Amino acid sequence: MSIKITTKNLNIPNYNRLSVYREHGGYEALKKALSMEPAAVTDEVKRSNLVGLGGAGFPAGVKWGFIPKDTPKAKYLVVNGDEGEPGTFKDRYLLEFAPHQLIEGMIICSYAVGIHKAYIYIRGEYIRQIKIVRRAVEEAQEAGLLGENILGSGFNLDIVVHQGAGAYICGEETGLIESLEGKKGFPRIKPPFFPAAIGLFGCPTVINNVETLSQVPHVIANGAEWFASIGTEKNGGTRVFAVSGHVRKPGICELPMGVPLRELIYEHCGGMRDDRPVKAVIPGGSSSPVLTADHLDTKMDFVGLRDAGSMGGSGAVVVMDDTTCMVDVCANIARFYAHESCGQCTPCREGTGWVSKILDRILAGNARPEDVDNAVRVAKNMMGRTICLLADGAAMPILSYLTKFRNEFDYHVEHKCCDVKGG
Amino acid sequence: MAVEFPPEVKREFDELVAKYEQTRAALLPVLHLAQREFGYISPEVEEYVAGLMELPPTKVHEVVTFYTLYHKTQPGKHVIRLCKTLSCHLLGAHTIKDHLCRKIGLENGHGTTPDGRFTLELVECLGACEFAPMMQVDERYYGPLTPEKIDEIIDGLTDEPVVENVDEG
Ligand SMILES: Cc1cc2nc3c(=O)[nH]c(=O)nc-3n(C[C@H](O)[C@H](O)[C@H](O)COP(=O)(O)O)c2cc1C
Ligand code: SF4
Ligand code: FES
Repeated sequence: MSIKITTKNLNIPNYNRLSVYREHGGYEALKKALSMEPAAVTDEVKRSNLVGLGGAGFPAGVKWGFIPKDTPKAKYLVVNGDEGEPGTFKDRYLLEFAPHQLIEGMIICSYAVGIHKAYIYIRGEYIRQIKIVRRAVEEAQEAGLLGENILGSGFNLDIVVHQGAGAYICGEETGLIESLEGKKGFPRIKPPFFPAAIGLFGCPTVINNVETLSQVPHVIANGAEWFASIGTEKNGGTRVFAVSGHVRKPGICELPMGVPLRELIYEHCGGMRDDRPVKAVIPGGSSSPVLTADHLDTKMDFVGLRDAGSMGGSGAVVVMDDTTCMVDVCANIARFYAHESCGQCTPCREGTGWVSKILDRILAGNARPEDVDNAVRVAKNMMGRTICLLADGAAMPILSYLTKFRNEFDYHVEHKCCDVKGG
Repeated sequence: MAVEFPPEVKREFDELVAKYEQTRAALLPVLHLAQREFGYISPEVEEYVAGLMELPPTKVHEVVTFYTLYHKTQPGKHVIRLCKTLSCHLLGAHTIKDHLCRKIGLENGHGTTPDGRFTLELVECLGACEFAPMMQVDERYYGPLTPEKIDEIIDGLTDEPVVENVDEG
């Protein structure tokens, strides 16, 4: 089935300008939402089975429902556009080519939850996208779609576009909130710091990924049943996969939740470079455990990938052919986490550093016989004992390479060189 | 030379701070503004920003050193960020790096060239893995890179930074 939702109009020239967006039905969903009761909007999103597309796959409507209705405090919406998970680049397209789709989704969410101030946090390197989103916010303001009394509804919302400054950990929701408050991006302990209770400036906060909110106008325009009917039982609609590595046509590819991995690679990404066989696939960003060629029939939704021993994560798919050395891949990923650990928790700070050192040693042919077991032991000790999930997100994939491709690690240790031929 | 925003930049600063509920929340954007103005965040700039935002200088220093996009020393005329993470690595980022270093005249693989024209940073995933191997020069992304493409990009640079202009066209 070929159905596109958030990326359907991305090729239309100047779709990132307000007039063109409106010519193609833009902001009609907002009108519809503003004519509904706020609670009915949240309910619609709940029934659509729209899940968070930033990493965890948590149902969006349920998350909105956590925000207290009667609170004297301000409430905030924060959009996560930090997009730092290696392999992920889908939000870049949605920001650059459809900023009004995101803004429309933000207004609808804010109306449903009773929010009057929203921030879009975009990673600092995305300068082009930041400029485009800023321009879109200004256009929406001038057209009465933001600010006071939006479209005569009496509802108010202001949006600020915030430029990050380079740190993967600011993608983690509480790290992002700290960063948005002008601090180092140190994640906060949950409990008590669940954003829905104590978020930005100590107030109840909804935090959603760019793509999650970009789906919202379509859920409202076409109805929850329509959206839910597209995906799998628990994950409604589509998601935008970001595919890179050894495929012929890397790029973004929006497909229904649950599409088989094989179809994604062979029908939508041009198959493999030089027609070589698939050796391994990262199905949901570098924090997701690696899959082998035996898993090409895995359904690419959060449930299917969990059942396959991996996770849906950020939708970033990195495909590797048989010329790839898994020790090299694992060491590359370990270096990333060692660099990005914020250093607050000892198991993460020390663990990511040691695993990376050991793997570099194995790769360089300087390993000791016990090193593979050492790496496994250190990685296992990182899990489940830290403030945020970066440590687990580093340990789980590293363990998956060490176990699924153990023979390659052992070969490196014993022969001080690589066994992978081909290429 | 005293570190101080000229009046029009000070106005930009005031507008920026006014957008946020709390002054401190504007720190990251204010540091971006200061970097644009002064080229990098020296200890003097940290102190000036701390004064403007009524923060202890250590709080500003903490932030400047936590994030990778703030330069702590004067960078070259062009800042090149070459991605070394997985997707770029799988498609030959290493060979690209060697070629790039030779092309810009950088001997030790990172830092600033002796002529002060280029600063090379080897960075983690820039969110453009479909263009692997890729790099950012000042504001703009380039990829997929080949040695020929590198030569073409570097030869095409002037002394002015590469700017993303989204209003043209
Ligand atoms: C280490 C780490 C990094 C993360 N990076 C991102 C990111 O770059 N973008 C993102 O949207 N979510 C990221 N997340 C997930 C967020 O914490 C959060 O779950 C998400 O923003 C919620 O939005 P959603 O429910 O719409 O997916 C990250 C999580 C962790 C633990
Ligand atoms: S798990 Fe790692 S990244 Fe997360 S808070 Fe602890 S040290 Fe920081
Ligand atoms: S791995 Fe290089 S841009 Fe993502």
